[in-house]
Amino acid sequence: MSPGLGLWQNGMKIGLIAGGVAVLLSLIGMVEAFSQRFIIADGITLGQTLLLLVSLFASYQAAKKTPGLGAFARLLNGVVAGLTIAGVLGVFIFLGGHLNLRKIFINASPLLYKLLAFDQEFGTGILLLLGVGALGGLLAGLFFLASPHLRKTLSAACGSLVAMGVLQDLLAPTFALWGPLAVINDWIYEVNGLSPGGGLFLFALIGGVTHFWGKKGAAIQTGFRRISPAKQKTLRLTGWLFVVFLLLVLPQILGLFLSEVLTIVGLYVLLGLGLNIVVGYAGLLDLGYVAFFAIGSYTIALLTSPELGFFNLSFWTALPFAILLGVLFGVLLGIPVLKMRGDYLAIATLGFGEIIRILVLSDFLRPWLGGAQGVGKIPKISIGAVEFGTPQEIYYIILVGCLVVGFISWRLRDSRLGRAWMALREDEDVAQAMGINLVSTKLLAFATGAGFSALSGAIFATKLGSVYPHSFNVMISINILCVIIVGGMGSIPGVILGAVALVGLPELLREFAEYRLLVYGAVLVAMMLLRPEGLWPEAVRRRELHEEEPEETEAGLASGPDRSR
Amino acid sequence: MAILIARGATKQFGGLTAVDDLDLEIKEQSIHSVIGPNGAGKTTFFNCVTGFYKVEAGEILFQGRSVVGLLPDQIVQLGVTRTYQNIRLFPNLTVMENILVGLHGHLKSGFFGIVLSAPATRKEELAAGEEARRILKFVNLGGKGDLLAKNLPYGDQRRLEIGRALATRPKLLLLDEPTAGMNPRETQGMMDFIRRLRDEMGITILLIEHQMRVVMGISETVTVLDYGKKIAEGTPAEIRSDPGVIEAYLGRGSAAH
Repeated sequence: MSPGLGLWQNGMKIGLIAGGVAVLLSLIGMVEAFSQRFIIADGITLGQTLLLLVSLFASYQAAKKTPGLGAFARLLNGVVAGLTIAGVLGVFIFLGGHLNLRKIFINASPLLYKLLAFDQEFGTGILLLLGVGALGGLLAGLFFLASPHLRKTLSAACGSLVAMGVLQDLLAPTFALWGPLAVINDWIYEVNGLSPGGGLFLFALIGGVTHFWGKKGAAIQTGFRRISPAKQKTLRLTGWLFVVFLLLVLPQILGLFLSEVLTIVGLYVLLGLGLNIVVGYAGLLDLGYVAFFAIGSYTIALLTSPELGFFNLSFWTALPFAILLGVLFGVLLGIPVLKMRGDYLAIATLGFGEIIRILVLSDFLRPWLGGAQGVGKIPKISIGAVEFGTPQEIYYIILVGCLVVGFISWRLRDSRLGRAWMALREDEDVAQAMGINLVSTKLLAFATGAGFSALSGAIFATKLGSVYPHSFNVMISINILCVIIVGGMGSIPGVILGAVALVGLPELLREFAEYRLLVYGAVLVAMMLLRPEGLWPEAVRRRELHEEEPEETEAGLASGPDRSR
Repeated sequence: MAILIARGATKQFGGLTAVDDLDLEIKEQSIHSVIGPNGAGKTTFFNCVTGFYKVEAGEILFQGRSVVGLLPDQIVQLGVTRTYQNIRLFPNLTVMENILVGLHGHLKSGFFGIVLSAPATRKEELAAGEEARRILKFVNLGGKGDLLAKNLPYGDQRRLEIGRALATRPKLLLLDEPTAGMNPRETQGMMDFIRRLRDEMGITILLIEHQMRVVMGISETVTVLDYGKKIAEGTPAEIRSDPGVIEAYLGRGSAAH
């Protein structure tokens, strides 16, 4: 085999794989669904962007994995990969035109083929596809050859452009509310997508900022370090005050719908921080975590709802009971699994989660917990005369909850207990051989996590005003686990980022709703391959050489300690 | 005076008797080696002393108190700590955190003290940090406290494991092949270090070792095990000339050398 042939083959191979992915994305209806949304008004749709991203990534990989180092060979390989993908799509369109694939793939409609062929006749469409594929391959190859700085600048600019386009439904109305921004808004956004001029402007702006930061960022950071510690402290404090201010006014800026999304993200942050103690710190894989969420919710329902009429307590009187009951069940469910590890622990806890759900669904407990009909009329939270009813109001309750729980997690992380949990995670036998009592340490982790989860459940119950058994299925446990895996095991800011990425984004993008699980799966696989430590991994503590800084970040911000190191 | 006494200690796995009616006395502040061919029951005996296995018959007394039936963490609190043949650190914790985990049993702060950062907790943490830094210096890892344990070179990992054991403030330290995989120079360093543990800190050392140079060089008493039974005991010189020992090591053609 001549080296030239091997070269071609590599590009072809990667191109064929990516082509398969592109066809798959088309067949499951993703491309068609995404084509409803324009990134650039009347120009480029999200569906096309998706396919283009697949193609660019493949070409980039082809250029990267070219044996030998010739720049020409790399470019060629990128182009070959791009052409191959276009070719595969072309074959797919051709086959679709002659065979009826709809019996198996309901999404394989003529409309899809038309979309893939850029609304052109078959011949012209194929030529266009091949042209775009080759051009994309060439660009991806050039991108690979560019300096890291340029690469960073370009990917930041393109990424933000896509993000701005995807999130237009949220950003445009939000901007429109703010006087001067509204003018810019009208110019950037058209009715359906970014205006070409606005897109170009954004691209240049973000590219410029990234470029500037890449060139000067290090100098600014050293400059910051050079100014006096007192001033540094003031600057940092100002920064934190700004963040606090932003958090306080956020629901007012974002409006009703986005605040609703924020509250859901917030509840998941609470849940995630709790599971982070159990799984992230102590390494106890708990798949029945939703049980404590349910216990928190149902305790509030039982104690406050006039529909049941047992106690009619206020939310604040009932809350301690909800948390205590969560903690108690955390311990009770922890005791039988003390001796279990890994997979066995996961299976057993999975069972517990289901037991709780089936119990609340049962006829036996129906007089107290409402059975399948659930419990309604749970009163709103109120402080004095102020009632927290709308998402914008409940946001503040959840924010306080997140700050408190984040603060507790942070304190525990770098303490005798946190170290004992992490030792347990790393090597249970050795942890015991170092004098750590396994029983109390494990139970404390279960109890703490359960308490956080019950708090989240309590807020959830009053937010909805009613509780139903089906809100507490095993998918919630899985979702929370995904949040902390994607965010970064054991990392507090990671949990927040993970909740925003896995819970917030899907809520925002209605097109994704149908493909949520698919995207979850793909994201998890990609994370495991590319970034197994998570989006925002736990920072390594520096204890020996940099004794902890004076505790100025104690204002109670969840992500404080990791920034201030 | 004997700090550790085993009388008729027996441990079986199914039909195999790993430790067979073993009598052993370790003198306080001595360096005592246990040697024997692979599978002689040395590590099993360590596991029995530290509470990971429970002897089926006989007793094991530490400072006159029976440790049979106690959990490993309780035995550590009494003052018996071990290291492992294959190093077992907490790989994703920093060097400093590894040492601090060793101090766990000597810290008292509870959940609410930690969350509220009570003065007592803060004072305790500061003192723990001080002690950990002192231990790091002692095991010659000063300045490396912020590295992840898994990123240390091999020799450093060995010393960190001993440092972590020292943090539990042991009276008796069980070292399972501390010089495994070391070159002659590193081995010499480890021997000096073990002597310092005894001379400067007054810790009694019980050692499993395969390198005869180490065994003969630093131990005051050597016990030889074969098939779980004690076949000889004495000073290094006595052991060297014992015909039973020579047979156990060479006679069966086990090709140990």
